[in-house]
Amino acid sequence: MHSDPEAIRKHVRTYMMVGAALFVFTGITVAVNQIHLAVPLAITVALIIATMKGSMVAAVFMHLSHERMLIYGALVLTVLGFLILMTVPSFTTRDTIGTPVHVEAPAAAHPPAH
Amino acid sequence: MNIPYTVEERPDTGLANGKLGIWLFLASEVMLFGALFSTYIILRTGAPEWPHGELNVWLGMANTFILIASSVTMVMAWASLKLNDWGKHRLYLISTFVLAGIFLVNKYFEYADHFRRGELPSHSTFLAIYYTLTGLHGIHILGGMIVMAYFMGPGAKMWKASPDQFANRIEYTGLYWHFVDLVWIFLFPVLYLL
Amino acid sequence: MDKTGIHPGGEHAHVHTDAHGEHHEELGFWRKYVFSLDHKVIGIQYAITGLLFLLFGFTLMMIMRWQLAYPGRPIPLIGLWLGQDRAPMGIMLPEFYNQLGAMHGTIMVFMGVVPLAVGGFGNFVVPLQIGAPDMAFPKLNMMSYWVYFCGGVTMLASFFPKGGAAQSGWTSYPPLAIIAPGQTLWLVGMIFLITSSLLGSINFIVTIVQLRAKGLSYMRLPFFVWAQFVTSFLLLLAFPPLEAAGVLQLMDRLAGTSFFMPSGLVVSGKPLMIAGQGNPLLWQHLFWFLAHPEVYVLILPAMGIVAEIIANNTRKPLWGYKALVYSVVFLGFMSFIVWAHHMFMTGMGTTMSAFFQTTTMIISIPSVVILTALLLSLWGASIRFTTPMLFALAFLPMFGIGGLTGLPLGLAPSDIHLHDTYYVIGHFHYVVAPGTIFALFAGIYYWFPKATGRKMNELLGKIHFWGSLICINGVFFPMFMQGLGGMNRRMYDGGAQYAHNQPLLKYNIAIGFAAWGLALFQLPFIYNFFSSIKWGALVDRNPWESTTLEWAAPSPPGHGNFLTEPIVYRGPYEYSVPGHPRDFVPQFEPEKA
Repeated sequence: MHSDPEAIRKHVRTYMMVGAALFVFTGITVAVNQIHLAVPLAITVALIIATMKGSMVAAVFMHLSHERMLIYGALVLTVLGFLILMTVPSFTTRDTIGTPVHVEAPAAAHPPAH
Repeated sequence: MNIPYTVEERPDTGLANGKLGIWLFLASEVMLFGALFSTYIILRTGAPEWPHGELNVWLGMANTFILIASSVTMVMAWASLKLNDWGKHRLYLISTFVLAGIFLVNKYFEYADHFRRGELPSHSTFLAIYYTLTGLHGIHILGGMIVMAYFMGPGAKMWKASPDQFANRIEYTGLYWHFVDLVWIFLFPVLYLL
Repeated sequence: MDKTGIHPGGEHAHVHTDAHGEHHEELGFWRKYVFSLDHKVIGIQYAITGLLFLLFGFTLMMIMRWQLAYPGRPIPLIGLWLGQDRAPMGIMLPEFYNQLGAMHGTIMVFMGVVPLAVGGFGNFVVPLQIGAPDMAFPKLNMMSYWVYFCGGVTMLASFFPKGGAAQSGWTSYPPLAIIAPGQTLWLVGMIFLITSSLLGSINFIVTIVQLRAKGLSYMRLPFFVWAQFVTSFLLLLAFPPLEAAGVLQLMDRLAGTSFFMPSGLVVSGKPLMIAGQGNPLLWQHLFWFLAHPEVYVLILPAMGIVAEIIANNTRKPLWGYKALVYSVVFLGFMSFIVWAHHMFMTGMGTTMSAFFQTTTMIISIPSVVILTALLLSLWGASIRFTTPMLFALAFLPMFGIGGLTGLPLGLAPSDIHLHDTYYVIGHFHYVVAPGTIFALFAGIYYWFPKATGRKMNELLGKIHFWGSLICINGVFFPMFMQGLGGMNRRMYDGGAQYAHNQPLLKYNIAIGFAAWGLALFQLPFIYNFFSSIKWGALVDRNPWESTTLEWAAPSPPGHGNFLTEPIVYRGPYEYSVPGHPRDFVPQFEPEKA
C-alpha cells in the first residue's frame, strides 16, 4: 500500500467517486425493483448489481485490487466454500425419492410449550 | 517480548500479522452469513408462497445510503492518518460512528413498527430469516461501533506511541467495517426487494 | 557445546531473563499461571482441561455401559446420588441415558479431543517447531482458552436445570431437539466453543505463515505443522455455519420460529402451534457441513503427532514427505464436499447420492496415502520401542480398521443396512479412540520432557499402553458384530426390546467389562503424569535425539523460547544421513566447515 501523500490524495478522489457510484447503483436497484420483472430475471438483475457494488467495496475500499497473493488465496478458498454452501444443500434437498408432501400451516402461531 | 511482523511487513508474504488475521476473520464471517443466506434459499424455494411488501423499502434504502456513506468516512479516517492529519481522522471516525448509530436507530424503529403490528419472528419463516439476518448484521454493526469507540477513546493513545501500528489497526477496523457494509449490500435487495 | 544448548535440568520458572536477555518484572501468580499470554502455559491449560473433560466424558460412558450390560439394574456406587429425576432408586431413566449419550459425544469431541489436540499440542508445539517466540496474537490466544473454558462450564452446568442436559444426540436433530429439554444451554455452550475455535484457528494460520524462522520454507516444515495448518483452515471455514445453525435452533426454541420445524407437527397428541414451513434437513446440512470437516480436525493433528514420533524412533526420514503434504492439503479440500454421506437415509435422490458417494470414495485416497507413507517409513528402520513409539505404532492398524470400516458406510447401498447401528459407533470410535486418543497419549509421552524437563516413567507407560490397547479393542470390536446384526444406536436398554438383538446382547456385558478395564489402565497414566512432574528423570534439551526445532529450546523453554535466534539449515527428518558421525542432524545445526 503506497504511503506517500500524493498517492493517498489520488486514492481519496477514487474513494469519493466509488462512494457516489454506490449511491447511484443503490438507486438503480430500487428503481428496477419498481418495474416488477419476472422473479428469475429480477433475482438475476438484483444479484448482478449487488455483486458489482460489492466488488467495488472490496476492490477499492478494502484495497483488494492491490493486495497480496496470500489474501487472494484465502478468499478464493472462502468463495469456493461459500458457493458450495449456497448450492449443494439446495440441490440435495430438491433431489428426492418420491413426492414431497406439503402440509398447510395452522392459522394461529404461538411458540411451542417447553 | 517482541512478536515479529506486528507492525512491519514480512518480506516474503508482504503482510503484517494483523492484516492476514483480519482477512481470515472476514473469511469466517463470509461462511457465517453464507449459512444464513443458504437457509434463506432453502426456506424460500421450499415455500409454496413468500411474502412481499411487508418491509419498508424506503427505510431500507435510506439505511443503505447511510452505510455506504459510513464506508466512505471509514476509509477516509484511515487515509487521513496516512496523510498525518489527526484532526481529519477524528472527524471521519466520529462520523462513521454516528452514521452507524443512525443505522441502528432506524432499525430499532423498523423493528418496533413490526412488533406493534404483531409481525414477530414466529409469524412466518420470511420474518424469521429477516430478523435473524438483520439482527446478526446489527450485532456486527454494534461490535464495530464498540471498536471505533475504543479507538476514539482509550486506544487513541497509540497514535503518539506507535503511529504505524495505530494506522494499521484503523485499517483493519476499516476492513471489518467495509465487510459489514458489503453484507448489507446483499441483504437489502434479497430481503427488501426480491 | 552447540550454541543453543543449556545446562541439564532446564530453565526454572523463577528465572526471568528471557531469550533476548531482557529483564522483566516478575509477574504475579495470576498473570503467570492463570491469565498468561505465553503459548506454552496456554497450551498446558488447554491440555489439562481437555484431559479432565476426556476423563469426565469417559465416566459418562462407563455409567451408560452399566445400563447396557445390565438394563434396569441399579447403578453401583453412585446410583442413589443421581437423584429422582435421573435414576430413581439408582435405576437409570431412559431420558438420563439419552443425556449421557448426547453429552458423552459433545464433551469428547468439542471439549476433550479438539482442545487437547489443537489447543494443547498445537499451542505448545507449533511455535517451538517453527522457531517463533510465541503465537502471532498472544492476547487472542488467552481469550480463546477462557472462552473455551466458559463453554465447557456451560455444558457441564446444563446437567443441572430441570429436564437435564441435552438429550437429542450430539447431532441435535430437529424437530426433537427443538421440543426436548436441555438443548438451550447446549446451544449456548456450543456458541462459546465455536467462537474459541475460530479465534484459535486465525492465530494458528497467521503464526505458521508469518512467524517461521529464517530458512524454514514450507517444504521444510515438520508434518505436524502442516497437519495443524490444514486443521486450522477446516476450523476457520467449516465452524461458522454451525454457529449460524445454533443461533437458528436457539430462535426455534426461544422465539418460536420455524426454521427447522415443518408444518403439521403433532406432539403428544396436540398439533404444534407454530408457523411451520421449516425444514429439518436444513439443520442436518448445516450441522454436517461442519461435523464432517470436524472429524478431519480430530484425526489430522493425531497423524501429525504419529509422523513426528515415527520419524524420531525409526531413525529414518519419513517416507514420502511430499506425498504426505499434498495428501493432507487435498484431504482438507475434499472434506468440504462429502458431508451428506451422513444423510443417505434422508430421502436423498440418486443424483446427489452418487455425488456424495463419489467424493467420499475419493477422499479415502489421501487418507490411505498418509497411512501407507507412515507404514512404509517403518521399512528397514532401527525401531526404538519407547512408550510414545508403541502408541504411535498401534495408531497405524487401529486407524486402518477405522478407515476400512468407513467404506461400507460411505457407499449408500451398504449404508442402508448399517446407518444408525452399532457398526457406525464401532467405525468412528476406532478412528478417534484407539486412533486419535492413542496418538495424543503418544504425544504426551513424547513432549512431556520438553514441557517439564523430566521424562515420564517407561514401565508405567508400557502398562498403560498394553492394557489400553487390549481393553479398547475389547470395547469397540464387538460393536461391528452388533451393528451387522442390526442393533440400533442410542437405545437405552441396549436393544433388549427387539427380538433380532437377543443373540447380540451378551456382547454388551463383555464390552462393559472391557470399558471398566480400560478405565483401570488409565490409572497408571494419571499417576505417571503427575508424579513425573515432580520426580521424573531429569533430561536435557533433546532427550529423544530429534531433528526438529522445538528440541533446540531449553527443557522447559523460558519466556521467548529460544536463547538465540533459531536458523534452519535443512529438512525436518535428516536421520541416518550417510557419512555423518551421529544418526541424526538437527534442522537448527549449521554445517560444520
